Amino acid sequence: MTDVIDFTELSAKHTSQATKRRLRARHWAEVRLKAYGILAIGLAGAALLLLVSTIVTKTTNVVYEYTLALETKIEVSDRDMERINDPNPNIRASLRRPIQDALTDAVPGEVGRRESRQLTSLVSNDAGLFLGDIVKADPSVIGQTIAFDALLDDNLQLYLKGSMGRPDNIGGLGQLISTPGDEEGTYDLEFEWSSFGELFDAIRGQRRFDAGRARAEQRRQQNAVDVTEERILDAATDEERARLQAQLESFRARRDQAEQRADALMRLATVIGEEGLRYQLTEADVSFLIKAGETWFKVTEIERGSATAVIYAPSDETGPWAEGTWNGYLLDRPESTRLVSDRQAVWMEIFEDRGAIGQVLNTRLLNNSDSASAELAGIWGAVVGSFWTMVVTFLLAFPLGVMASIYLEEFAPKNRVTDLIEVNINNLAAVPSIVFGLLGLAIFVSGVPVHLFGYDFTIGGFLPRSSPLAGGAVLALMTLPTIIIAGRASIRAVPPSIRDAALGLGASRLQTATHHVLPLAMPGILTGSIIGMAQALGETAPLLLVGMNSFIQEPPGDPLSPGNVLPTLIYQWNSNSERLFDDKTAAAISVLLVFLIIMNALAVLLRKRFERRW
Amino acid sequence: MTDTTHETTTAKPAPMPPSVESVTVNNETKLRCKDVDVFYGSTQAIKQVSIDIQDKAVTAFIGPSGCGKSTFLRCLNRMNDTIEICNVTGTIELDGGDIYDEDVDPVQLRARVGMVFQKPNPFPKSIYENVSYGPKIHGLAGSKAELDSIVEKSLRRAALWDEVKDRLDQPGTGLSGGQQQRLCIARAVATAPEVLLMDEPCSALDPIATAQVEELIDELRQSYSVVIVTHSMQQAARVSQKTAFFHLGLMLEYDDTGKIFTAPSHEKTQQYITGRFG
Amino acid sequence: MLPYVLLAIALMAFASFAVCRQRAVSLADGRLASLHSRPSYHGLYALLWVAIAGFGALILTQLVVSGIVNSLVMSAIVDLAPDMRRIEQELVFSDAVKIATGGLASAVDDLRQTVADTYGSYNTIRVILVSLAGLIGAGAAFYVVWSQIAQGFRARDRAERVLRTALWTAAGIAILTTIGIVLSLIGETLIFFQRIGWNVDDFMFGTTWSPLSGVSAGTLDPEKVGAVPLFVGTMMITIIAMCVAVPIGLFAAIYLADFASKRTRAWAKPLLEVLAGIPTVVYGYFAAITVAPALRDFGASIGLSIASESALAAGVVMGIMIIPFISSLSDDVINAVPQALRDGSYGLGATKAETIRRVVLPAALPGIVSAVLLGTSRAIGETMIVVMAAGQGANMTLNPLDAVTTVTVQIVMLITGDTDAATAAAPAFTLGFTLFCVTLVLNVVALRVVRRYREMYD
Repeated sequence: MTDVIDFTELSAKHTSQATKRRLRARHWAEVRLKAYGILAIGLAGAALLLLVSTIVTKTTNVVYEYTLALETKIEVSDRDMERINDPNPNIRASLRRPIQDALTDAVPGEVGRRESRQLTSLVSNDAGLFLGDIVKADPSVIGQTIAFDALLDDNLQLYLKGSMGRPDNIGGLGQLISTPGDEEGTYDLEFEWSSFGELFDAIRGQRRFDAGRARAEQRRQQNAVDVTEERILDAATDEERARLQAQLESFRARRDQAEQRADALMRLATVIGEEGLRYQLTEADVSFLIKAGETWFKVTEIERGSATAVIYAPSDETGPWAEGTWNGYLLDRPESTRLVSDRQAVWMEIFEDRGAIGQVLNTRLLNNSDSASAELAGIWGAVVGSFWTMVVTFLLAFPLGVMASIYLEEFAPKNRVTDLIEVNINNLAAVPSIVFGLLGLAIFVSGVPVHLFGYDFTIGGFLPRSSPLAGGAVLALMTLPTIIIAGRASIRAVPPSIRDAALGLGASRLQTATHHVLPLAMPGILTGSIIGMAQALGETAPLLLVGMNSFIQEPPGDPLSPGNVLPTLIYQWNSNSERLFDDKTAAAISVLLVFLIIMNALAVLLRKRFERRW
Repeated sequence: MTDTTHETTTAKPAPMPPSVESVTVNNETKLRCKDVDVFYGSTQAIKQVSIDIQDKAVTAFIGPSGCGKSTFLRCLNRMNDTIEICNVTGTIELDGGDIYDEDVDPVQLRARVGMVFQKPNPFPKSIYENVSYGPKIHGLAGSKAELDSIVEKSLRRAALWDEVKDRLDQPGTGLSGGQQQRLCIARAVATAPEVLLMDEPCSALDPIATAQVEELIDELRQSYSVVIVTHSMQQAARVSQKTAFFHLGLMLEYDDTGKIFTAPSHEKTQQYITGRFG
Repeated sequence: MLPYVLLAIALMAFASFAVCRQRAVSLADGRLASLHSRPSYHGLYALLWVAIAGFGALILTQLVVSGIVNSLVMSAIVDLAPDMRRIEQELVFSDAVKIATGGLASAVDDLRQTVADTYGSYNTIRVILVSLAGLIGAGAAFYVVWSQIAQGFRARDRAERVLRTALWTAAGIAILTTIGIVLSLIGETLIFFQRIGWNVDDFMFGTTWSPLSGVSAGTLDPEKVGAVPLFVGTMMITIIAMCVAVPIGLFAAIYLADFASKRTRAWAKPLLEVLAGIPTVVYGYFAAITVAPALRDFGASIGLSIASESALAAGVVMGIMIIPFISSLSDDVINAVPQALRDGSYGLGATKAETIRRVVLPAALPGIVSAVLLGTSRAIGETMIVVMAAGQGANMTLNPLDAVTTVTVQIVMLITGDTDAATAAAPAFTLGFTLFCVTLVLNVVALRVVRRYREMYD
């Protein structure tokens, strides 16, 4: 068997053509592996980029906030006067009436009861308090007319940033003639029909979109019908069968309904814009506004070349308007799906034309504490809470960590106990953070009930719930392993010659450790501690469990008062349904990341500055 | 400059003679190096070395440490390519073809010019997998049976077969130092190279293992051109037919081993072999 | 009051340092060498004991006395309102404490006011007792140390012994933490199993998780504490996360260790580390705001219905979070494979790819396995991403496009939910205990493997 193989023949294979081909494949495999590596790093980089860009773009949405310039005569009711005269600065008066008057004055035309609600919801609740504060600071303004900037409501903030779609100018051809219509308050409009091909396209598009959704609904119901039919066949008892039969009927009815709706919508979609068909624009359609001079019409029915409209903003002009002095505006999301009504959109256009909308740096975001109103909420309370929590964490974890590392490196005998502590520390570093939260909840906050010798005791439970003290204590336990591991590594890096030198001069081991080893190891320990603190600053889950997710409108004055921290605030804001909170959450994240970047940069700097090779 | 007759003869070499009794040193040239310079960044490690290495003979590189002998050895199968800052100029021809030519694939070259290292470095795999590694990646065996027989023959050549034949599936790292080095030689042999480079193959071994490996090297001479870097002049004298003396990046002398150790022509060589420096 | 007492004890400690140091100096009578220890050590010894005795006595008294005060006030409540349910009595108690300390109570009535007054009077006694204990402790310690000072007194040895004990205690905190975790979890876990009548198999294998429905008189419905949906959800998200993290992390590590130039390494490694530094709540936001909607829209465009809170979205983002764990640990172990092995392979004419696949990776395998285990343990214990992006309903499904729930999500929901703490704690802590055990096993195995591996190549 051994003789079968001739090595010289094998050697010859190295230069054969077959080997050349094989080589190509082998090199190709290498290129592939390399490409996978690049792809992997690329994917990780892309994920990071996407994450950062999401946060940055959302943050830029709230860098500025919008205000509305208003002017009003200050009148104060008796009840408000009482609050204004109260010397306690925390008692604030909300002057809603002057705000309402100012808004009514600011928009053209009469404002009915329904419109009045839409009007007052333009500005934040804060506007009344803001005015109240002005009066409280200087009661002499009562009775005078003053100008002020009112903060706009959160929906309008989003609207002005364009994230809900703004009216799109689609122009207008020929002359626009307006005549009072048959019904009270309506107007018949005439114009060149080819102006609004785009409008008809948009209406058709919306109808088709709705039809598609109706079809999907129909399919779902059909599916339910099929399943139920099968289950009826399998049903064991008559009772069950009857119940299923009833269900089946309702599914069928809903399916037919959806089908009819879909058919109707599709029919409409095909005929809209045809000669002679007058189409009624409902809330489920795109909205169509016409601005002629200073007058704003809202179109309610439309056909080729003519329309019926109501006036949203009147003016003295009655038309006709020449080409160029009037334009159509399309809002391509149906009013029923928007948080800003057509009327509010018109008012915003008017305010913008007038230059009454102001854009100011959103300092509120940094200076305010949490609030139920999205436009008022800020992070200051959470920043203070995070500060106290970090102070507690550092004061507990750093000394303990340094002491433990000195003991383990300099004094601990190499025995099983030390080994156990070492294994223990490494394990603790990998225990899920939420388990630490449970530990903190049980030991620090609630206390563990123990029944012993016929008596009930509670072990622990000495820290107040929701307090930075409790949160900081939990985080200290979590950070301790990190600091100990870093501390031991840097103590170990101090060469034994230094210890020998100190011991040789008659210093005790403790003196050697504290006077010589520790100062040399300190930069390393600090670097590790900062990294540990940075982790703690971003930690959320354990703090949720000790109650630091409470709704806190005042920054905690000391570590014993209830507070929350930036990460828990981010969690709370994220679970809020108001959409402005999405952007504010991103802003809070940005602030958190800035802190983390600073801390990590500090750690890197420290490492670079004091890095020493022995 | 390419000697075509040589190339054809080595591409299809004649069957090995049953035994090579006389220590002749007038074989064909296997590797021809001319004016080789090696730079590590800006420092020059090898200066203008020209040497013809013969087939079916053992060539020893001796010299004090840091003289560049290992560096030069690593040029012969382009192992220096893996070091980014290393730069080689001059020509090194294997059977008349320049190995630093753009068309030459270092991977293919290393299959033809095998290498054994200073410290035994068996892969953390079974003995069988260690030896079959080369044949597998180069596709030398057509079948499992063929592979088995390559492994067996390589281990036999490395004089290791009898010791390990019953535990081929055990890890190669479990062998003794000398066995590990012989395993590494078997591994190199199994790839069926034409030239075998050995970088101080015995420096990590005890005297008994060293003797075994030296015996093995003498054996291998019959089929390969063997180049060995060694620290020990006795070893060079024992196993090699030709010896080159390196000093400070220069090759000062290259001649038949007998001549180098009895009548060196260079003063430095004389001083080195008589132990005046080293 | 108490803060001042704390300050006073601290001042006493520093003062005794100065006094004892001075006494040592005067005892030496100008010949400092006649002292066994330098005067500062006498001072230090005094400082340490005064602080320990003062603060120790204060804290001890505080714990004992406040326990007594609480039970006295509770019994007063029981006397005043014997018909009340225990839980309401406890509420009265906490309200009364709030009223007495100027906090905001949930309700104020006569009963609460009376109890608050009782509490207030007891509390004054408590503060006085505690303060006295602290001050007396500190004073006594000072007297003892002061009278011990003599020329031959080994203050340095003794002070160092005290300090070493302090160092030892600090190191012991690590053990205490573990003991604390186990104790605090195990207590509630036992209560939980007791409440379901020791039907442990119902918890382990039951498929309906709704522990708070059907709670009555201290028992839970064993039919509704089946944690399998949570285990399945956790496993599914973990598997998805590892499917993302392992290939990306491993290939990135291979590339960085064996292919990348120094310059590429210089920016690519920090890039991966940045991913590790981002807080999980930020990943949660990313998953909820960007990834989940993107997946849903993508699904809709190819006719797949993906829930807006899906296991897939949470898993993918968790995978991104775990990439750096896998890559940096793998990078370490791949770099630890000796160059000699690589050279051996190159010397046989292997390409880089073959060397990596057939030599480096098998050699580094134990390390890579432990990296994967640590990553898995991380994924199982991760909370915020799943809380924010995976859903809360415990529905049993194997479809990664649906919302699932995990062990960690349920812990958060139970503890932060509206149910009163006493009821919700038992199932939550039981889940926590399960989580702790599973991750502990993974961690111990992984750390063992890493340790072995280090020893192999060191």
